[in-house]
Amino acid sequence: MENGAGYGTVKRIIAGNGAFIALLVMLAIASAVYREFFTYSNMSNVLRQMSMVGLISVGMTLVILTAGIDLSVGATVAISAIIAAKLSSHGLIAPIVVPLLAGIAIGCANGLIVNNLKIVPFIATLAVQMAVRGVAYLLTDMRSIAVDRSAKTFIAIGRGYWLGVPIPVIVFLAVAAVVAFVCAKTSFGRSVYAIGGNEDAARMMGLRVKRDKLLCYAITGFLSAMAGVILCARLGAGQPVSGEGWEMDSIASVAIGGTLLAGGVGGIEKTICGVLIIGFIKNIINLQGDVNSYWQKIIMGIILLLVIIVQNKTFKKGTV
Amino acid sequence: MDDDYIIEMTNISKRFPGVVALDNVDFRIRKGEVHVLMGENGAGKSTLIKILTGIYKQDSGGMTFEGRPFEPSNALDVQRAGISTIYQEISLIPQLSVAENIFIGREFKNFGVIDWKITHKKSSDLLGELGIDIDVASPLGSYGTAIQQMVAIARAISIEARLVVMDEPTSSLDEDEVRVLFGVIRKLKSSGIAVLFISHRLGEVFEISDRITVLKDGALVGEYETISLTRGELISKMVGRDAASILEGAGARSEKAREQFVRASGITSGRRLCGLDVAIGKGEVVGLAGLLGSGRTEFARVLFGVDKYDSGQITVNGKQVRFRMPKDAIRSGFAFCSEDRKTEGIIPHLSVRENILIASLKKVSRFGIISKSKQNEVADQYIDKLKIKTPGREQSMMNLSGGNQQKAILARWLCVKPQLVIMDEPTRGIDIGAKREIEGLIRQMAEDGISVLLISSEFEELVRNCDRIEVIRDGANMKTLVGPQISEEGIIRAIAGSDAPRDES
Repeated sequence: MENGAGYGTVKRIIAGNGAFIALLVMLAIASAVYREFFTYSNMSNVLRQMSMVGLISVGMTLVILTAGIDLSVGATVAISAIIAAKLSSHGLIAPIVVPLLAGIAIGCANGLIVNNLKIVPFIATLAVQMAVRGVAYLLTDMRSIAVDRSAKTFIAIGRGYWLGVPIPVIVFLAVAAVVAFVCAKTSFGRSVYAIGGNEDAARMMGLRVKRDKLLCYAITGFLSAMAGVILCARLGAGQPVSGEGWEMDSIASVAIGGTLLAGGVGGIEKTICGVLIIGFIKNIINLQGDVNSYWQKIIMGIILLLVIIVQNKTFKKGTV
Repeated sequence: MDDDYIIEMTNISKRFPGVVALDNVDFRIRKGEVHVLMGENGAGKSTLIKILTGIYKQDSGGMTFEGRPFEPSNALDVQRAGISTIYQEISLIPQLSVAENIFIGREFKNFGVIDWKITHKKSSDLLGELGIDIDVASPLGSYGTAIQQMVAIARAISIEARLVVMDEPTSSLDEDEVRVLFGVIRKLKSSGIAVLFISHRLGEVFEISDRITVLKDGALVGEYETISLTRGELISKMVGRDAASILEGAGARSEKAREQFVRASGITSGRRLCGLDVAIGKGEVVGLAGLLGSGRTEFARVLFGVDKYDSGQITVNGKQVRFRMPKDAIRSGFAFCSEDRKTEGIIPHLSVRENILIASLKKVSRFGIISKSKQNEVADQYIDKLKIKTPGREQSMMNLSGGNQQKAILARWLCVKPQLVIMDEPTRGIDIGAKREIEGLIRQMAEDGISVLLISSEFEELVRNCDRIEVIRDGANMKTLVGPQISEEGIIRAIAGSDAPRDES
């Protein structure tokens, strides 16, 4: 109530940056134990791998902040990768812009269903996921679509470097920085938090709840398509099964970072920590070598559970 | 069209499935006046306000605002037209900072980027005018209800409005805060801004308003100059009953010696409770009088095992107990009707029957299987006994009025056959008729030998119903009032501290 200062505040600071602290601890231990961990090749490899789920997680953070969820992101990755591959012989613009537009359209569909048909986001985006995945199968007849060999510049989106940094990583960091700024410093960003905190109140305050929710889903669709384009360029192919399970990875990244699934609390910077934690865990298990890689899932499950337990303990009293 | 009026609503009707919420109601507010809308729950006040503020659309009838037709389709239209609203339930966002709650949607920006410095400065200034000095960058949720309410008020007056609508703004404020609010209302009025004010507290209505509109059962009863009415007249217009029978005392309080049931002594918990003593006899109605933040709710929660305490003892029937959770308290025969009926009391989507029986399902089960017919029987019995107004036991709880929800919660606890019922603000936001019925039920419980611990910020209500009143301040006992000592003045004097704190000997 009035002043729960002192111990509580300290606890809240730790809880508020829990993911960041965990990340630092993990980096310190990993670089001490594995000599090849902090090498250029390992780092650029890991970061490039996680940049795609990272892009999706940035959008997912917005959706989750509004107390929503988007299960269609993985299917959007597949369809945009396929579209990009099919258009790869038509210059550089088409295989980038068309998939991105498709992603925005899928995101808008999610938003419109949630807003206007008043269907809970979980079901609405699950339905969209199934439909979009189905279209991906139909378009390819379950076969991989190869990128045109002449499309060198397009391929570079997935495989190239700029100043020694993989291009996907640059795209991810730039997007994350922009969205983090939007969240903290613009009316749209604050409205996203308000909607997740109390949607009725936000509406009564005259905020444009429907428009802003629609925008969150559209941005997520757009960023998922961006991930799809990058994936296509990296693999040199668009595959109908691409991005399967990515929705769960990105939701896990958001949650591990410390954004509340109930909405209203969290942020992009937290999600970046979450994305990095998951990426490095996978990497560490690979470096260990003698551990069966199926442990990845088990370890991530345990971490996710721990994060939620800590969140519950700290937020129960913090925010009423 | 008379241009004396800022808003005129004519022949407004609104139907909901099964109910006519408003039936051809005319309502108008003059420029720069303080207008009060009164009526029992279910009279249609909230519906009227919601039409005025664009949340509902009327089925028929029209509105003009400053002489021009006014057809808002959402809250933003209303805000832009120059009407700002404080809703009954605080509609702010606890996760956001105080400053954001005041200015969200209207932030101070440079090229689309929010200028936090100015936003914070303006918020501090605004709250300063309301006599509140808090950190505006902290999350709103870290402050108590009263401060949140003041923030809602700050938001409403910061929108440069021609009309400010306040739906029961005082229900969570203490005396001093109400003073400050009234100061603000007078200031608004003197600068030509009209205020529409809804309150169930008669004293406030007569103090602040210029004119009063009374609704009853969705129809207009009349529009009156405040000075032309007496309290009694106003009440009888609202309830259509003889005023005298409403305000009379709730029967003789008995002063007979009682066997002690519960005794809490030296209860200390952080800085909120500092060695509080409260004893409750069998069949006794004990009042806990104090201002918001005095520790009255905190004590109730400790007593019911919701919150932990640092030191002190609780005995039940002479035996020492230590409740670790509400379940332990329930086992000792305690029941708790919480202050916050919306979040801690009702289960909105379940039926009235299920809400009544949820705590005593074992009683209506055989071999673990719940008997429907037994449930129906018990539910009907309480609906009848407590006069819960509902189309039937299967009605969803959320469709009942506040007073009837409160009665259903009381029924839930009576089902458990409690020995002590703790009631925290049982009549908050409830109309006079239902209030009177709940007060009757309190008396009835006491006569049946059930003890009651009553917490209310309306001292009048404590005076009418309690056998004994413990006056507390800052988590400590100030004075015990018994029998003829019990009066509103006595409570106020005890809280003000002009009486020495009770002897510790």
